[in-house]
Amino acid sequence: MKKLIPSILVALAPLAAETFVIQNATVMTEGPKGIFKGSVVVKDGKIADLGEKVMVPAGATIIEAGGLYLIPGIIDCHSHIAGSGGINEGSVSVSSMVNIKDIINPDDISIYRALAGGVTTANILHGSANSIGGQTLPLKMRWGKSAEEMIFAGATPGIKFALGENPKRAGNPQGGRGAIGAIQIQARYPATRMGVEDVIREAFNDAKAYKAEWDAYDAKLAKGEHPIPPRTDLKLQALKEVLENKRYVHVHCYRADEILMMIRAADDNGFKVRTFQHVLEGYKVAKEIKEHGAGASTFSDWWAYKIEAIDAIPFNAALLTKKGVIVSLNSDDAELMRHLNTEAGKAMKYGGMSETEALAMVTINPAIQLGIDKTVGSIEPGKDADLVLYDGFPMSDFAKVTKVWIDGTQYFDRDKEVAEQAAKDAEKQQLLDKEKSAQRPQTNRRPNQ
Amino acid sequence: MKLLGLLMAGAVTVFAAGETVLIQNADIYPVSGAPLKGGSLLIQDGKIAEIGARIAVPKGATVLEGKGLRVYPGWIDSGTQLGLEEIGSIRETNDTGELGDFMPQLKALSAVNPDSEHFGVVRVNGITTAIALPGGGGRGGGGGQMIAGQAALLHTDGWTWEEMEINRSAAMVLNFPSAAGRGGRGGMPPDLQDLFPNTAGAGADARRAVLDQIAKLNAFFDDARAYKKAKEANQPDFHKDLKFEAMLPVIEGKMPLAVNASRAAAIHDAIAWAEKQNVKIVIMQPRDIAKAGAELKAKNIPVVLGRVLTLPENEDSEYDEGYTQPAEAYKAGVKFALGTFTNEFVRDLPYQAATAVAYGLPHDEALKALTINPAQIWGAGDLIGSLDKGKLADLMVVDGDPMDVRTQIRHLFIKGKEITLSNKQIRLYERYMSRQ
Repeated sequence: MKKLIPSILVALAPLAAETFVIQNATVMTEGPKGIFKGSVVVKDGKIADLGEKVMVPAGATIIEAGGLYLIPGIIDCHSHIAGSGGINEGSVSVSSMVNIKDIINPDDISIYRALAGGVTTANILHGSANSIGGQTLPLKMRWGKSAEEMIFAGATPGIKFALGENPKRAGNPQGGRGAIGAIQIQARYPATRMGVEDVIREAFNDAKAYKAEWDAYDAKLAKGEHPIPPRTDLKLQALKEVLENKRYVHVHCYRADEILMMIRAADDNGFKVRTFQHVLEGYKVAKEIKEHGAGASTFSDWWAYKIEAIDAIPFNAALLTKKGVIVSLNSDDAELMRHLNTEAGKAMKYGGMSETEALAMVTINPAIQLGIDKTVGSIEPGKDADLVLYDGFPMSDFAKVTKVWIDGTQYFDRDKEVAEQAAKDAEKQQLLDKEKSAQRPQTNRRPNQ
Repeated sequence: MKLLGLLMAGAVTVFAAGETVLIQNADIYPVSGAPLKGGSLLIQDGKIAEIGARIAVPKGATVLEGKGLRVYPGWIDSGTQLGLEEIGSIRETNDTGELGDFMPQLKALSAVNPDSEHFGVVRVNGITTAIALPGGGGRGGGGGQMIAGQAALLHTDGWTWEEMEINRSAAMVLNFPSAAGRGGRGGMPPDLQDLFPNTAGAGADARRAVLDQIAKLNAFFDDARAYKKAKEANQPDFHKDLKFEAMLPVIEGKMPLAVNASRAAAIHDAIAWAEKQNVKIVIMQPRDIAKAGAELKAKNIPVVLGRVLTLPENEDSEYDEGYTQPAEAYKAGVKFALGTFTNEFVRDLPYQAATAVAYGLPHDEALKALTINPAQIWGAGDLIGSLDKGKLADLMVVDGDPMDVRTQIRHLFIKGKEITLSNKQIRLYERYMSRQ
């Protein structure tokens, strides 16, 4: 719909907001166009065009962004928001049958707060109580939509593994944080890193046998026979998908020894680790991570909160990048999630990453790690219009998010947010007053007394 | 030979304590006044000997060329567990929280481990001074104390805690009773308490419990005053009591109480209490600045704001509630400093301040909140906190805005001694970069 199209057609076009041009912004594309000053055209939820000069489609809304910075929507490779009813199925050490999809809470305010911090996509994972945890998936932060509508369509699903202190905690109920006073808690295998390795190897031993049964069945079926299907095992099914490279393995880990153990266990069982998560000592085994072909998704500068984080260094992201590993910076935390842009900035400080390399760690790199880089992670024609506008250099703490779009729809607008605050406060007060005036006199008796 | 040469080259840029250093042609930001572009600053005997447009090079002085660089006073973090807590989750490495309700005799300073790796980590980001707090923080146990002990104001460099000391009795830590527990974090939002008076933390029962706690606190202060009287009367049966000895500077108004009080109700209670007791207070980690600001300003009570990068208290709070607290404090005219209150966030102190600038705090005020304001709040305004003649030479030479994450620190001085910009993490980085 270029300018020459008769105005009658323009009038019939869908909402004008669906076609818009952000102009005069400093655009940090993380794509082939690099960083330039100019415009981005958005149409039907996709990036239609970009460049120093673009054709403005007829009827397009113009968003003047002189002095502002536009970046691709931030992608958090590791988050636990938007889950309801707990995220650790701690009763068993292999819980590959459980799925994040079943517990998405679209009303979690953390979604909106992440959005206000420029996050448009987040990989939602289970906790780290299990050597093999549950099934994961990325969500788009489409605040106001249903759980199903938030799911990132077409993304390869994942599964969470965990190594080190957390999965062995259940094996140490008295010494670990699981102890509840004098209450006896049954210890649950594993209690050591040795045990964690064994649990993973045993699980894949079973999964391979399970896969062999199904492969034999599928082969007979293909030959036109009518075999009896094997019994479906929901726990092993997810691991079978891992062996078939249909499900990505995201491994929570800290120490170099356990990272290397996981690489060898994966090698021996014929699957790949997609990402090592946290991976605070990844810098010590960068070579092995690179050779395996895994990505690393780490914290910028968290350390010392537990013993396995004692050798964490803020140079981890830069070192791994310099050694050829694809690195992302994740939050694992509803607060940190709101400023992943400045976490990327720390990669410039610690290890001298360029602007493009640093920003990649929260945009295109996590997209690659999650296998969604064909649709998101950079500003390129044809990709989803997931965009964030900042009022200053986006990796500095001096900048703040002003607008966020997902699929070309605006989900956050700071001006609107600020303007509406007084009305929201007034409405809340009105509701409180109404509730107070409607209340019956209270007795001092508590319900259970 | 080659290695030795490298080591020597590294050593050349680091000046020893007591040495005379002249920084030339740098932009000097004293915080206490207007910046001096292309000026000089002379360090002598650990102090700032002179600042001026041009200073003649004294005999034997080392000259540091500062063209294109800026000089700022070192940062002060007004709430840490530095030296007291090494690894958050390991009890054995925590010396923050003691047992006992009233423990004014405890001193953080003598439990500070000068070799804690945290000092090296925070130093290279320009943190030259910190308040080390007893009580709370980490998993050190004893979190429910009322009076937790004496907070120390210390330098982040020194061979011993004695060398690090600026003031071992900078403040007495008090967790003020509140409906949401001592210190008053969490619990039911105040605007809902009237609606649900039978819920924990709300209603008449909770209020009675708070008043009961305040009564206990008052009784302790009464005892301390009685002790002071008995001591002054010099009676023959007088016995020295270490708890009450520690309370003397507090009741004499010489030592402030660092009062943890988060919500407006608790802050109001604390202010009213302090007025009655005639003691000096600093409010720590307040959250309801918009509500409490006017009273804090009217009573001239300074505050230490907690982390700027923090989640809103309630589900329906503004998303930027934490980010705007410093701007709110500034608008209310309240004097404030910043604290990070967790060791792993101390090195991010300047970035926390930058976030406050993004959300409305004037840039100059952010600088003050990390330098001169805390120096004054902690009674060391004549020693540290700005670049002024006669003050300790705690300063950094940087290549840009010191609160911008892209800026690198080129030189750092604590008490006039140049600090080697290295630490365990940098050594690990260098070591593993060399792995083939």
